[in-house]
Amino acid sequence: MPIHTDRQFEEELNELRQRILEMGGLVEKQIADAVRALTSRDRTLAEATIRKDHTVNRYDVEIDELCLRLLALRQPAARDLRFITTALKITTDLERIGDRAVSIGERALELAGEPELKPFVDVPRMAEISSRMLHRSLDAFVHEDTDLALDVCRSDDEVDKLNAQIFRELLACMVEDPQTIGRAMRVLFVSKYLERIADHATNIAEMVIFMVKGKSIRHIEELPPSV
Amino acid sequence: MSPEARARDAAVPAEPKVRIRNLTYAYGAKEVLHDISMDMPERQVTAIIGPSGCGKSTLIKSINRIAEVVSDVSIQGTVHVGDLDVYGPDVDLVELRRRVGMVFQKPNPFPKSIFENAAFGPRLHGVTDRHRLRAIVERSLRQAALWDEVREQLDASALELSGGQQQRLCIARALAVEPEVVLMDEPCSALDPIATARIEELIHELKADYTIVIVTHNMQQAARVSDRTAFMYLGRLVEFDRTDTVFTNPACKETEDYITGRFG
Repeated sequence: MPIHTDRQFEEELNELRQRILEMGGLVEKQIADAVRALTSRDRTLAEATIRKDHTVNRYDVEIDELCLRLLALRQPAARDLRFITTALKITTDLERIGDRAVSIGERALELAGEPELKPFVDVPRMAEISSRMLHRSLDAFVHEDTDLALDVCRSDDEVDKLNAQIFRELLACMVEDPQTIGRAMRVLFVSKYLERIADHATNIAEMVIFMVKGKSIRHIEELPPSV
Repeated sequence: MSPEARARDAAVPAEPKVRIRNLTYAYGAKEVLHDISMDMPERQVTAIIGPSGCGKSTLIKSINRIAEVVSDVSIQGTVHVGDLDVYGPDVDLVELRRRVGMVFQKPNPFPKSIFENAAFGPRLHGVTDRHRLRAIVERSLRQAALWDEVREQLDASALELSGGQQQRLCIARALAVEPEVVLMDEPCSALDPIATARIEELIHELKADYTIVIVTHNMQQAARVSDRTAFMYLGRLVEFDRTDTVFTNPACKETEDYITGRFG
């Protein structure tokens, strides 16, 4: 694609792209740290993860400001307009993912003070898939790769299945021994947070498809085979 | 008009008022329009955008045949305004230009009174009755949103008006002969933003009664005022679609490069 005649505008768009990637990197690490704090019962790491939310929030505000400035001063059209409005939405999703990571950190803190329920198997697996979805959705954003974006949307089912499976296992646990209810509920929340993170990653992927193709695949029953 | 109503209007193309078919236009050996076919819907605003020299001015001037005032012009194809064959053998140019009015880049009122400017066309077409002229002048000045500002000074010279008022007077002059189509060639390029906003507001009002075709270098203006936008490049019509589509998701890469400022 040819670059803008106005180089300054081109640089500002690059800056926006770069800031989103940085924010995405921070949030990915936040998820990984929160889940590691949970599985290794590491309070210090859990607290550090919760504190990092400020940085993510600051990115959210700054990227919003950058987008507003570009909209007001450059009056972008067509793909530039779609790029900037997509960036606005992506930061919202990233910021919410950060909040979910904080919630995982909080549950990790609570659970660290109680006896272990049972070793974590599916939760780290779910975290890995969700985090990978996020990573790939941002790759798709940077490379304007709609096939990759569509692939991210498809992965969401896998996460939903794991979430349902974790629910069933924890339910069995709680039925068997009501003493576990408090802990099992917290793990269940974590599972729900991870499922939400995958949903946010799916939102990002859907927005990428809109950004590149100018058509929306959101809120439809079945994913198209290609876009 | 609400965005929804506007989108709905644009979605259902009205009857074409101007029909251009396979129009090729050359000045000497230089072809400036190449095989253009397009329909400009009735009572809608059609904007034509494109870089300098793309042929957009020639295109609108071909509709009332003022492009051929220079010599050595060759024209192929057809243009219809309603049922009138613009390049037909017995077309009356005076009548054609009554039906297809035009407003130019620079306000060009005649060095006469405001009244005489607005009365000029009707007089040319044989209206002599003072009361009728007065009624026409008032109607056209009202339609051009100028009446309230000049009603007390109709005998003052048109040249005493501000640039924006002069341009509205030129629009009134065009409207006085009750045209069907109004062509506007960069009507705001010599005006400040407030005068521009008034003309744009006026365009919105005028499309209830007239079919408007506007050429503009200001893409935001095309986006603001038009229902449909045509992008021209090197004498070709590259893309012609609903304005909201052209500015959010154009089909052609050349259009996209132009409206996002990635051109050349």
